[in-house]
Amino acid sequence: MGDLTSAPIPGVRSDDHLRGQAGDPELVVMYADFSCPRCAVAAIALRDAGSSVVFRHFALKARHPRAVPLAHAAEAAALQGAFWPLHDSLFADQGHIDDPHLWARCDQLGLDVDRFEADRRSEAVATRVTRDLREGMRAGVTGTPAVLRPSVD
Amino acid sequence: MAIIAPGTAVPDFVLKREDGGDFTQDDLQGKTTVLVFYPFAFSPVCTDQLQIYEEALPELTEQGATLYAVSTDATPAQTAFREKLGVSIEQLSDFEPKGAASKLFGAYFEPAGMTNRALVIVGPDGTVAWSHLADSPGDLPGVNLIFDGLASVSAA
Repeated sequence: MGDLTSAPIPGVRSDDHLRGQAGDPELVVMYADFSCPRCAVAAIALRDAGSSVVFRHFALKARHPRAVPLAHAAEAAALQGAFWPLHDSLFADQGHIDDPHLWARCDQLGLDVDRFEADRRSEAVATRVTRDLREGMRAGVTGTPAVLRPSVD
Repeated sequence: MAIIAPGTAVPDFVLKREDGGDFTQDDLQGKTTVLVFYPFAFSPVCTDQLQIYEEALPELTEQGATLYAVSTDATPAQTAFREKLGVSIEQLSDFEPKGAASKLFGAYFEPAGMTNRALVIVGPDGTVAWSHLADSPGDLPGVNLIFDGLASVSAA
């Protein structure tokens, strides 16, 4: 529990999922959900444009039954250095997002599936996904995708 | 129509709970209440709003606040909406006479004949402690605004 009063979007941090350059003046922070079709459109467009992007989770339990599990899966992949490969994989095909599909994706990406299974159910991964959501809520995010400029310290 | 101002005593009103019972000004006594007025069940912005607010319920409980959602939809539609979304926020219906309670709070949008998008925090003494009317019914107030409102109340 804690504070949900208004606060600026946090600046880029060392543990953020960053594609591109942190110092890029055009860098955007995208609050998104892997079950959200509009997020897929935005994410693919940003990737294809070569944009510098920080990805943060905005996975709502009530939005889609797989929203939170997919966010946890992406964090588990990140622990094996594969956040962006799984990000691209999930957004390229949102029709196959059940657990067996995730295991198949891990195989394709060369990940240790047993480790992935343990990590995606870990407290650390859940805490990270919740942190992103709460920070988005404090910044006034009300829907996905939210493509924003980060705060500058 | 101006939203009810802080410091105003809540007027006498009647809304319908999902179980058919009345929800009145007496149900506001002795606790902090957040009333979320929203236009229509199943409409896109209202869907986003309740799904996001659902995530904040633990923090609201921690602060001793209870949140209710109010619209002019009939109770069966509200219940179907809540169940479809998978949220637990209790729904209060202002269906008949249509919008009567919402009008008392200044949370009715006459041009469309619907509840406006508004937030009202009522303190334990039954007095409005904070209120917010969206610039447009299509604007979704972030859940952070509710917590800003609660913080301003507790700091006063």
